[in-house]
Amino acid sequence: MATKALTLYDTTIGKKAVMAASGIILLGFTLGHLSGNLKAYAGPTEFNEYARWLRTMPALLWGARLALIFAFSAHIYSAFSLWRRNKSARPNRYQKKVDLATDYAAKTMYLSGPILLFYVLFHLVHLTFGGQLFGDGTIFGIEGYTWEASNPYNNLVHGFQHWPIVIPYVLGNLALGVHLFHGIWSMFQSIGANHPRYNQYRRDLAIMLAALLTIGNLSFPIAVMAGYLEPTTLRFNFPELL
Amino acid sequence: MELKSHEPTGPIEQRWTEHKAHSKLVAPHNRRKHTVIVVGSGLAGGAAAATMGELGYKVKCFCYQDSPRRAHSIAAQGGINAAKNYQNDGDSVFRLFYDTVKGGDFRARESNVYRLAELSTAIIDQAVAQGVPFAREYGGLLANRSFGGAQVSRTFYARGQTGQQLLLGAYSALERQIAAGSVKMYPRTEMLDLIVYEGRARGIVTRDMVTGKIEAHVADVVVLATGGYGNVFYLSTNAKGCNTTATWRAHRKGALFANPCYTQIHPTCIPRSGETQSKLTLMSESLRNDGRVWVPRKPEDCDKDPKSIPEKDRYYFLEERYPAFGNLVPRDVASRNAMYVCENDHLGVGPKIPGEPRRGVYLDFADAISRLGKHTVVERYGNLFEMYERITGDDPVETPMKIYPATHYTMGGLWVDYNLESTIPGLFVGGEANFSDHGANRLGASALMQGLADGYFVLPFSVGNYLGELRTPPALEEDDAVCKDAVREVKARLTKLIEAPAAKHGPDHFHRLLGNIIWKYCGMSRSRDGLKDALKQIPELREQFYREVKVVPNKDETLNQTLERASRVADFFELGELMCLDALTREESCGGHFRTEHQVDGEAKRDDEKFQHAAAWEWSGDASKPVRHEEQLTFEYVKPTMRSYK
Amino acid sequence: MKTKTIKLHVWRQSGPNDAGRFETYTAENVTEHMSFLEMLDDLNEKLIADGKDPIAFDHDCREGICGMCSMVINGYAHGPDERTTTCQIHMRHVFDRGWDEVWIEPWRATSFPIRKDLIVDRTALDKIIQAGGYISIRTGSARDANEAPIPKPIADRAFDAATCIGCGACVAACPNASASLFTAAKVGHLALLPQGQAERMSRVKSMVATMDELGFGGCTNHGECEKACPKGISIDFIASMNRDLLKSLVVDRGDAEAPDEGA
Repeated sequence: MATKALTLYDTTIGKKAVMAASGIILLGFTLGHLSGNLKAYAGPTEFNEYARWLRTMPALLWGARLALIFAFSAHIYSAFSLWRRNKSARPNRYQKKVDLATDYAAKTMYLSGPILLFYVLFHLVHLTFGGQLFGDGTIFGIEGYTWEASNPYNNLVHGFQHWPIVIPYVLGNLALGVHLFHGIWSMFQSIGANHPRYNQYRRDLAIMLAALLTIGNLSFPIAVMAGYLEPTTLRFNFPELL
Repeated sequence: MELKSHEPTGPIEQRWTEHKAHSKLVAPHNRRKHTVIVVGSGLAGGAAAATMGELGYKVKCFCYQDSPRRAHSIAAQGGINAAKNYQNDGDSVFRLFYDTVKGGDFRARESNVYRLAELSTAIIDQAVAQGVPFAREYGGLLANRSFGGAQVSRTFYARGQTGQQLLLGAYSALERQIAAGSVKMYPRTEMLDLIVYEGRARGIVTRDMVTGKIEAHVADVVVLATGGYGNVFYLSTNAKGCNTTATWRAHRKGALFANPCYTQIHPTCIPRSGETQSKLTLMSESLRNDGRVWVPRKPEDCDKDPKSIPEKDRYYFLEERYPAFGNLVPRDVASRNAMYVCENDHLGVGPKIPGEPRRGVYLDFADAISRLGKHTVVERYGNLFEMYERITGDDPVETPMKIYPATHYTMGGLWVDYNLESTIPGLFVGGEANFSDHGANRLGASALMQGLADGYFVLPFSVGNYLGELRTPPALEEDDAVCKDAVREVKARLTKLIEAPAAKHGPDHFHRLLGNIIWKYCGMSRSRDGLKDALKQIPELREQFYREVKVVPNKDETLNQTLERASRVADFFELGELMCLDALTREESCGGHFRTEHQVDGEAKRDDEKFQHAAAWEWSGDASKPVRHEEQLTFEYVKPTMRSYK
Repeated sequence: MKTKTIKLHVWRQSGPNDAGRFETYTAENVTEHMSFLEMLDDLNEKLIADGKDPIAFDHDCREGICGMCSMVINGYAHGPDERTTTCQIHMRHVFDRGWDEVWIEPWRATSFPIRKDLIVDRTALDKIIQAGGYISIRTGSARDANEAPIPKPIADRAFDAATCIGCGACVAACPNASASLFTAAKVGHLALLPQGQAERMSRVKSMVATMDELGFGGCTNHGECEKACPKGISIDFIASMNRDLLKSLVVDRGDAEAPDEGA
């Protein structure tokens, strides 16, 4: 048979593999991100110490950031190129079409994806670049919500006392859960991780991880709104965070 | 005309080898100079086209379906016989040969059948090497089963889809050659005539079924592997598109048509349910292993719920008439008896169709269920029960199945010699389209074997032998007069159908009426008076057809499914007439041909003295007056005996 | 015997370049014993008698194995019954669903151009097979069939893939009109068998590249194909195909120069 000179990315399967691989990186980050943030429950000192510690390793931090930027770009670019291809594979839609297997998550990947993108940008503007962008003023113009450079804990907790912060956060994380519900299972399929004996657990794992991340992330605004996490009056002086 | 079988002489087990050793060959560098046309892409055609492409011939392969993978070989369920003797139960090439000759009721050519049995083993090797997933035992070796009452387990199978898997094997080989450029495939292209030039088959006229374009294709050899003509009955287990046009048109151009009256009726099909029925569905014969066949003893019970009929009022007619074999009597016997109880005794339990006796008998699993348990029975036949329930709405576990015989296979076909060459030099015929190997009755699991033996092994060799002898045939081009005339003739034929003077009904209407006549008079049981009647009715109906057939859209240069059907039905009319004539002339009963005048206590009575021959009919120009020729059959190795199942 | 009148909205299109539209017909005296296609046969006979162009549709064996029939019926490829081809749908089941109105559409995909009405051209599927859906074995050169034992579970699994009838329902049902399940079924069938090993890597590469070239969409793991497949072929085969492809491209490039072994 004629074998064609083929590079991975030429094929639709290759593009899906790129999505899966970048997805794994992003998933790994999300898990790490959550586990770090859980330190909020250990108290403001632990949380802020953790934030400071992250800044003590600029090489690692920027390495990770670059990897994330790369993964994000690859993920988005592949998704877009597949989307375009898939649209042109069926330009004429059915008058009637019943979904037999497609769940809500699978059907809305092209919706949950962009929502996540916008949410991530929002999230970065809010908590990563908040200091640079809002300086000493109010964050997003929310009255009484000012940036405390050395106190990420308060930046977080204060934020969740305000609906304009909570609503995008909740929506973003719901989108994340839905996206991962299909994405994690899909990842197994795309890279061919499949064995008749274990295939049934792939779906379970996807549900578990998606639920863990969604519940974990949503616990913060809930805890703040319920008054379980409160702003601290302690003062911190972490030059690394400036 | 003297029919020369060209069979080799000498010890039968040496004949094929000797024949091959002394035949002509074409050198590899010369093969690409020869164009070979193969019509049909089933087991015989697909395998032949692939193999000849592989050998280096320039092959053009045609099929009416949208892909060669859809040929009706795909629907064969049961299995394929091969004398491998993997089961060590005493099988051999000779025994398979013997069983096939006897099963064919001593109406097949011994040399051909022996070759078939001999090649059977190579087919299995070939198929397995292609990746055909035959059933296997837990040890990893191939599994076999006994089929159709054979005394040895020589049937290889792939669930209930053996035909599909074998065809897909041949199809994959064919696609490989298409990719390599040695075979050019013409799907959705129908052969409408044969081109004969200077006494040799040199091409075909085809219609592109998408554009309607009619054109000539020239070649050095034409191979027909276009299947059987069971659809002459309108209702059969064949695919809707199966037709006789290719073979019939070859017949009209000079190829003799042999034994058209040999048709096989399969006893276990789902009965017809109404006037609009388009097709009959076969249920595997294996059901008779555990099901008991019966009808009510009293006609007034036929309407009742079968479970309410007490044991003493049930007529287990096969068990009563054939105590030794009971429900497992051969196909023809089971079929005929089902017909008798329905049509003569009016005890049928099939659906009511206005103006017809109820046709259908019970196939009851209640005893098997009480003996083996529901679980075991469902495990054995679950998929068949499901299929039955889907079609009829009844669950065979709860209520007896209803079955009735239906046309399944046609043993007759174009006459061919040992090389599968017809009476037109250069026209070869393989698979169900020829008459060769099954005599008057085909054994279960033998059709796939024959199709593949012809396709993989016999045709590629015979074509080489023919071309080796012929060398360079006289030049012929697609735009030569003979081709242009042929195209013009085909166009005129189609125009005649499109422009019928009193167009009224679509072609199916006439096909159905023709089918009724053939089924009634030339079906499971035939009588002199009935056949004479049919021979009067068919030409009348044919005339009416040409007057009243309505083709919409009324043009040929477009995709036109009505025109396709009309053209096929037109040929069925002529073939149907020949079938009845052949049945009338064959004053004996043998295999699938049962003449009421020739029986002993309801059993078939052969007349070896007068009819130990193949009857091959020559077209005379008048469909009602063909000329009959005979090829005498000799039996050196299997002595003719009477078939008895009492 | 139950009889019903059914309103049909049928896609009519005179050729690949025609825009196409739905036309409404009334099928009268539809009985529960009819098959879905017999209902259309009957309607067509009436259309012919009235001199109107009958509805063109593909069909052949009418027993669910040849793969020729192809219709999207009320939004379901091959109709709503599981593991059933269009030709095996019986009106009794349509009655049971209480459908009085049925929409009939062709397979819709760029790679399956419409020839007329409900007839589409599925040659693209043959082309995928041509790209490598075979084992290169010369007629007559096979060794004895029992020389290579194959464990029964492997043979059975290969069969599960080999049972594909090439109808294209997977493409029709896929939100992306992807031929992944079709391709994976053949790749999987041959990759499981010892006979298929020699060409395993070149096969998957070539078949996938061809599938992409022909304009089919990519797989997004929705699983619609598996549900629509009349033979119930599992999307696990797609995962296996993906793995083989990645392996062939990333890990094993050894046979990339395999000579073309055709004629």
